[in-house]
Amino acid sequence: MCISSRIDKAFYDIGRLDILALADTPLHRLDPRAKLLATLVFIVCVVSFGKYEISRLLPFSLYPAVLIGLGDLPPGYLAKKLIMVSPFVIFIGIFNPWFDQTVMFTIGPIAISGGWVSFASLIIRFILTVSAALILIASTGFAPMCMAMEKLGTPKIFAVQLLMLYRYLFVLIAESLRIVRAHSLRSFSRKGKITYRVFLQIAGNLLLRTIDRAQRIHMAMLSRAFTGEIKIVRQFSFGYKEWLFAAGFSVIFITMRSADIAGLLGRLLMEIK
Amino acid sequence: MSHHIVAVEDLKFNYPDHTPALKGLSFTIYHGESVAIVGANGAGKSTLLLHLNGFLAPTNGQVRIGDSLLTCDTLQEVRRTVGMVFQDPDDQLFMTTVFDDVAFGPLNLDMTPEEVKKRVEDALETVGVTDLAERPPHRLSTGQKRRVAIASVLSMAPDILVMDEPTAGLDPRARRRLIELLATFKHTKIIATHDLDMVMDLCERTIVMHAGEIKADGRTTDIFADNDLLKSSRLEKPLRMQGCPACGG
Amino acid sequence: MHMADALLSPAVGGTMWVVTAATTAYASRKVRKSLDDRKIPLMGVLAAFVFAIQMINFSIPGTGSSGHLLGGLLLAILLGPDAACLAIASVIVVQALFFADGGLLALGCNIFNMGIIGCYIGYPLIYKKIAGNSPSGTRLLAAALVAGVVSLQLGAFAVVLETTMSGISELPFSSFIIMMQPIHLAIGIVEGLITAGIVAFIWKARPEILDCAATDRPLGDLPIKKVLTGLATVAVIAAGTLSWFASSHPDGLEWSLAKVTGHEELAGPGDGVHSVMEKVQDKTAFMPDYGFKEKTAAPEAADTSSSPVSLGTSTAGLVGGVMVMLLGLGIGFALKKKSGNPA
Repeated sequence: MCISSRIDKAFYDIGRLDILALADTPLHRLDPRAKLLATLVFIVCVVSFGKYEISRLLPFSLYPAVLIGLGDLPPGYLAKKLIMVSPFVIFIGIFNPWFDQTVMFTIGPIAISGGWVSFASLIIRFILTVSAALILIASTGFAPMCMAMEKLGTPKIFAVQLLMLYRYLFVLIAESLRIVRAHSLRSFSRKGKITYRVFLQIAGNLLLRTIDRAQRIHMAMLSRAFTGEIKIVRQFSFGYKEWLFAAGFSVIFITMRSADIAGLLGRLLMEIK
Repeated sequence: MSHHIVAVEDLKFNYPDHTPALKGLSFTIYHGESVAIVGANGAGKSTLLLHLNGFLAPTNGQVRIGDSLLTCDTLQEVRRTVGMVFQDPDDQLFMTTVFDDVAFGPLNLDMTPEEVKKRVEDALETVGVTDLAERPPHRLSTGQKRRVAIASVLSMAPDILVMDEPTAGLDPRARRRLIELLATFKHTKIIATHDLDMVMDLCERTIVMHAGEIKADGRTTDIFADNDLLKSSRLEKPLRMQGCPACGG
Repeated sequence: MHMADALLSPAVGGTMWVVTAATTAYASRKVRKSLDDRKIPLMGVLAAFVFAIQMINFSIPGTGSSGHLLGGLLLAILLGPDAACLAIASVIVVQALFFADGGLLALGCNIFNMGIIGCYIGYPLIYKKIAGNSPSGTRLLAAALVAGVVSLQLGAFAVVLETTMSGISELPFSSFIIMMQPIHLAIGIVEGLITAGIVAFIWKARPEILDCAATDRPLGDLPIKKVLTGLATVAVIAAGTLSWFASSHPDGLEWSLAKVTGHEELAGPGDGVHSVMEKVQDKTAFMPDYGFKEKTAAPEAADTSSSPVSLGTSTAGLVGGVMVMLLGLGIGFALKKKSGNPA
């Protein structure tokens, strides 16, 4: 595998999410705070279920599905990102069937153990929580979200830190990408593999350049009357749409959490049959 | 306001390791002038620019901007008068949207949100990038970044524009449009550059620096006609003043 | 070693959120108070540097595998613990949002495991003590190695604790420990080696950078002790508050421990554990902290959870769940079609 592919991929990967956030849809136009609040309620409701819960988790897929629709987001791309980060959860979760072999129920001749049920539950949780977070960023953009977080009480300096990181992320990834490419152009025998020593050189040099850059940025700030505090004007309006979105979804989630909608509906359906 | 706007007197600067970088510069720039500072790499151009905004404190000599001597007390005022456009727009544009970046200066000057908005809109319109207001800087081309960087300084309504290599890294068309834009500005301009053709278009006066000293200071046309001066300062005639090798002109 | 939302219970995730939020607020105040406005751009670009450099893999000598820098210790050496804590926290937030590493609820855990531990334990209590103010070859290496290893061991241990206390994973505490600690011993050694290497590089090229980092912030023992006591207090209060609601039945560690020690009969899906779990979880919905208070539907919750889960209801539940899911997907699809047309 080519060594620079990881960093290349990351570059385009972040870029893609970033571009998605520039779109103009009803979902994108909502105040970020509404989306953030609804997403937090969503995640807390999802993870608060018992570990064997499956059926009552399923209705929660309503939220990502509706948001993907409202925000015109590409489900395939989001799914790919989900799969990319799944190994850790699968690795931890796969022990559940191993340690918990109590038979929970049987489907015909097949006995399903509690471990498999909790594993499935874990995967569903994972899909729901991660997709909610991805949708949040893809429909909001990082910068507006930081500003919304600041409005919701995150310390200003931390919000500014997030904004600065985000701004220079692209600059520095591009810079290290150039270094890594330049290295792989001249490392014929090692197939572009970066040795520990070379890595130190790359990292050290990039670090020095980065520190110099910080000094220049500081000068650019000072020359525009910077006095130690970064001021941002960002007028968000939390109007009726936002109330409707945040409160509406919260009510739905809490209802789905507290009442067994799935069970009720299922019983109803099965009785009709 | 006094007649001169930038007065540098016997400016000397040594690096922390005592290597002299500027060896006694003196010049005066008058209201509305457009002055180029040219010289080879390492001649001291950037070091000089950093003195005009108080980022470096002179080892000896002084800098006057308008009526005030540049000291710690006048620093804030001087920085408002002198708008500094840095060479790498990525250093200058540190906020996450074009709007926020151009608003950074006005906000620090404690203007009301309405005033800030007006300033930003005017500045963006002046440089012709109104439609980019909500874009993040990392999604701009170099030419657009350069324009936004200029707007971020214009929004503070400076009297003097100090620019370090404004045309570096631009494609020919973006360069041409930037030069046309700069030509419309009424500000006093100080431009450090290697782009001598741009100097011919924009600056009636040129200061030639070499090894921390001023080698010449005069009319641009006179300076570029002086072959010996250019050669000893490791410079070349602007292309348009050179004979045409293709047509033998 | 990013914790994931899916592995967390609200009680554990919430506790770690409170702890991390308190630490971030503390660090923010300290950085603001330091009045060094050069630090604002420096923190920003250094965090971006760590983010970028994390993506460059290098081969680890003699193993054939590859590793990358995590960067927490390096940031602490360059910025001091408070600014470094904010910087590394910002890196973790971006990872959570853009790469879906971890998740929003798990942010508290992840910032604690990978940031706070290194900045407030690894750096001041180990690195500083060994390296002193002017890092020379061997002392620097020893300091970075020990600090790297200890920080990562503690971080890995925290992951194990958080996971087992949440009780979503069945992995017994002891087996999980045996899995996690050795891996992170290796990662910690690599982290220490690279950090020492980069610091030595900077020390050689531009010693003044480290000089000012070392002398700029005199780090007495008192502030750090205060931080740690403060942290511990916050954690105890938060955990106490959260678990008070959960006290009718242990939903976390004890429960997992009970399972490990062989009380298998508890694990069944029968009316016992499941319904009690439900009650516990519903009670946690009333917690006064963070987002939990939005939940207000207790009476119904108690009703549904008291009915024993039988095969019939769970099949019905599955059928209904799938139906709602399909309905949701349908709505999403319809909306997408609609918004696909330029409005």
